[in-house]
Amino acid sequence: MKEDFEPKIVAFLCNWCAYAGADMAGTSRLKYPANVVPIKVMCSGRVDPEFILNAFEKGADGVFIGGCHPGDCHYVNGNLRTRRRVKMMKKLLEQMGVNPKRLRLEWISATEGAKFARVIKEFVEEIKELGPSPWRERR
Amino acid sequence: MARRIGVFVCHCGVNIAGVVDVERVAEEIKKHPNVVFATTYQYMCSDPGQNLIRQKIEEENLDAVVIAACSPAMHEETFRNVCKDYFNPYRCEMANIREQCSWVHDGKEATEKAIKIVKATVEKLKENEDLLPILVPVEKRCLVIGGGIAGIQAALDIADAGYEVILVEKEPSIGGRMAQLSETFPTLDCSQCILTPKMVALSRHPKVKLYAYSEILDISGYVGNFTVKILKKPRYVDEDKCTVCGDCEKVCPVIVPNEFEMGRKPRKAIYIPFPQAVPSTYTLDREACLGLAPLTCAQCKDACEAGAIDYDMQPKIVEEKVGAIIVATGYNLYDKNKLVEYGYGEDDDIITSLEFERMLSASGPTQGKIIKPSTGEVPKKIVFIQCAGSRDRQHMPYCSSICCMYTAKHALLYKHHVPDGEAYVFYIDIRATGKGYEEFIARVMEEERINYIRGKVAKIYREGNKLIVCGVDTLTGRRIEIKADLVVLAMAIVGKEETKEIAKLLKVAIDEGGFLKESHPKLKPVEALSRGIYFAGCCQSPKDIPSAVAQASAAASKVLALFAKDRLEKDPLVAVIDEEHCSGCGVCISVCPYGAMTWQNGKAKCIEALCEGCGTCAAACPSNNIEMRNFKDEQIEKMVEVVI
Amino acid sequence: MEGKKMKNVKKKIAMYWGAGCGGCDVSLLGIHEKLLDLLDEIEIVFWPCAMDIKYEDLEKMEDKSIDIAFYNGAIRTEENEEIAKLLRKKAKLMVAYGSCAIEGCVIGLANLYNKKEIFEAVYLKNETTKEKILPSRDLPEFLPYLKTLDQVVKVDAFIPGCPPPKPVLEEALDALLQGKTKFGKEVALCEECPRKDTKPEKIEISKFYRWHEKEDNGECFLAQGIICMGPATRAGCKGECISANIPCTGCMGALPRVRDQGAAMLSAIASLLDVEDEKEDEVIDSIKDIIGTFYKYSTAKLLPRGGMKDES
Repeated sequence: MKEDFEPKIVAFLCNWCAYAGADMAGTSRLKYPANVVPIKVMCSGRVDPEFILNAFEKGADGVFIGGCHPGDCHYVNGNLRTRRRVKMMKKLLEQMGVNPKRLRLEWISATEGAKFARVIKEFVEEIKELGPSPWRERR
Repeated sequence: MARRIGVFVCHCGVNIAGVVDVERVAEEIKKHPNVVFATTYQYMCSDPGQNLIRQKIEEENLDAVVIAACSPAMHEETFRNVCKDYFNPYRCEMANIREQCSWVHDGKEATEKAIKIVKATVEKLKENEDLLPILVPVEKRCLVIGGGIAGIQAALDIADAGYEVILVEKEPSIGGRMAQLSETFPTLDCSQCILTPKMVALSRHPKVKLYAYSEILDISGYVGNFTVKILKKPRYVDEDKCTVCGDCEKVCPVIVPNEFEMGRKPRKAIYIPFPQAVPSTYTLDREACLGLAPLTCAQCKDACEAGAIDYDMQPKIVEEKVGAIIVATGYNLYDKNKLVEYGYGEDDDIITSLEFERMLSASGPTQGKIIKPSTGEVPKKIVFIQCAGSRDRQHMPYCSSICCMYTAKHALLYKHHVPDGEAYVFYIDIRATGKGYEEFIARVMEEERINYIRGKVAKIYREGNKLIVCGVDTLTGRRIEIKADLVVLAMAIVGKEETKEIAKLLKVAIDEGGFLKESHPKLKPVEALSRGIYFAGCCQSPKDIPSAVAQASAAASKVLALFAKDRLEKDPLVAVIDEEHCSGCGVCISVCPYGAMTWQNGKAKCIEALCEGCGTCAAACPSNNIEMRNFKDEQIEKMVEVVI
Repeated sequence: MEGKKMKNVKKKIAMYWGAGCGGCDVSLLGIHEKLLDLLDEIEIVFWPCAMDIKYEDLEKMEDKSIDIAFYNGAIRTEENEEIAKLLRKKAKLMVAYGSCAIEGCVIGLANLYNKKEIFEAVYLKNETTKEKILPSRDLPEFLPYLKTLDQVVKVDAFIPGCPPPKPVLEEALDALLQGKTKFGKEVALCEECPRKDTKPEKIEISKFYRWHEKEDNGECFLAQGIICMGPATRAGCKGECISANIPCTGCMGALPRVRDQGAAMLSAIASLLDVEDEKEDEVIDSIKDIIGTFYKYSTAKLLPRGGMKDES
């Protein structure tokens, strides 16, 4: 059953690093699974924990956030605020009975197309391993 | 009123249509609420493509459009300009189905994903507000970081156009790497002879403010309005009083290696890096000096008749306002200690290309004589190794671009200095792509009788007075062993550590080689992703002097274009507070990195000119009382809904 | 003229106590002498806690004959659910009264556990329980998870608070008796916080303290590193708890634009953190109970069908 399971994943990508990194993966023609649909935000710091819960409620099996490396944030430190929010959100998910691996934050610079392709591949594999989100059966 | 949205799906030749079923994307999206028209076309960005959009906006009475094509980084501006004649440019959005879809996925999956991406874009567009750019004034002064040839050229171009330039150089003198070179390929011009007039022109230019021996401490602000903090390190010598008589240097008892000479020549604690230095003044090296506080030696001060030496000089921090920044911080050579196969460069007779340059220079450590450093003899057999650290997965994977050329120059100059000597060059390929370069290589190979060996050197070891260079000639398959007197490594070019610091301050990405990441590798090679920041010279990628100069002038022209306007248009995608429902909890004020959120009558207020639109405040606001223009919560949530 | 005539007709009121502590029933008395004025305008037709009445009496009432039904407490048993549905049928306006009815309140935390775990904890493993007997016969069925009123029936108005504080209740009753279902403040507690003026220019938290771990210096609790839900909680109570030097725990619920009060405050708190990278995990881990801290009153909304089970 897990074999045919194609997870649905939302990726919030910051405009300056992760989105540009994803573009770079494209320019370099690096293949990765199509399960992930990107949503561009100006900064990873824009990602409200409510967006994450909303995505899960709507049926996402995983939520990915891509931001600039610490120190490189186009907006000084928005990425650090996101890191802290994500850490707390992971604790929340765990307490809710949800595997915190379903939420993943990665730093991807505009030059790291290869890294983008790699972590997306990894993340999709990981979510396939985990199976459908527990929210799904409640809908 | 409900929007009438048109969707234009681009084939991009086969780039998109070769993978994504563009017709199906158009068919599917037609079913989406508010989409009243959808079509596909070969190249949307072409003139006929743009005209198609215009025509359909009129015919179909569209009031908003989605262009499903490449990344918005490529053509958002193009398409918004098309739409500007009909409606607010924010009623045009791009759906990236090329870089983030057709180029990375295959077949059916790609089509399905493309449909989702387009749907999400339609959802965002539905709620986009009409916005006008925020106008901000421009400080028409430019900061140039780095005083090598690229920095000098950029500064002169801008200053000649009548705008003020602040040039900050970390070293005691401007000139950079070019000042260290002996002759330049392929014309064999004397490097200093062609550089020093530019150095002098810069220092005398009324529009240029030169901060040599200074460092950048902090950069804040945004295009048109940067504030830069500059640390002026104390030279302990008054630039205006110093006559460069050299009396101080004669009496100084401290000897340390001279960095300008790649450590191959000594200097005193009080020194001038090279005779043509600009500004023309001595500098006291605080680290090397016997001691300034408490004062343990005052011989230089006693010797200085001009009274230029001031031991009490303090570091000074100055603040400058600029509208644009050019980074021209140059390069370093890869650390030869990392090359295990070449004995970590520990042997005195294995030197780097820059050390060889200094050796060739008439003002260098050997007054232009080529010697074997261990004995002082003239080397009769010399081996040049190209790609030392370049094109090597264990070190730097990229080509350092200039080594083929300068190695040929080195070999030629060696033969001119030592006509009876033998020179060998190990190379992987010869890359000679500039004007007159191939001819130069041919001349060196044929006329100068240099032995070019295609292959890599596996090992170098010492046997008595000689260095044994072992390699393979990959053209003949023969093993080669050369008993050399001197080995010159054409070291890989890498970005500087200091560039990383600057990049951090500027929020600019750096690649693995330590080079600054440009906005687009082809079409925006001198621009940073952030507006108002430009690159020139080797800090962006390894390049030769003509390319560095060309890039510097290109960066300067970008700055001049910026300064041609009195007011800049700033993105209006800022934070908007519903002040009526603000409780004044202070969370947004605490998290805003720009100080754009301020207190007013116990509530938060956003200063739009300062807001950069990151949205951290909107995510943090516990009342959800802050919306980001055109990145509203409901827009993002709707996008999520349609992609799942 | 019509209005005048209406005024003489007393509004028929019902009040029901679902799963909850009973504080809501008592809170109605907390409006003190105002109650006397109120009694001129209302006729209480159903209030098991205060009058002798049976469910069958309620069943016999005509549909929509009750003007306003106040439902306090959550829905934890079949009985709760049945009465909620019955009242809905009989009442013109259905009002969720207090945090339990609106979002599950503290007892909603039980949604982190299943029925078996709850029964074992309460009836078997609890040290103070001498006779280890599981309730079984003749009792209404205990539902698999706790529900809020609006998860069972359509709700017309909400009176927040645990229990609704006097000023909130007074405003709500006035509004409801005039037929208005929208009332209450739409701004966070900070606006009326007695410590508002002690807020620093910027709040930066480098360490979290629990309320008893730090000597209160009288300033904004957040500025002291003590988690206060005030910024994410509706105003109206005038900061009763803060006046008693206790940080807000959020009983008045989320602001109108916020769907998830816990996530909203979690985001704010995480964003206010100002710690060195090495200490970040330690500081975040010092909040031992994320749900208990940020979802003290709204777990039933976060986990409407109980705790989740993620495979593997």
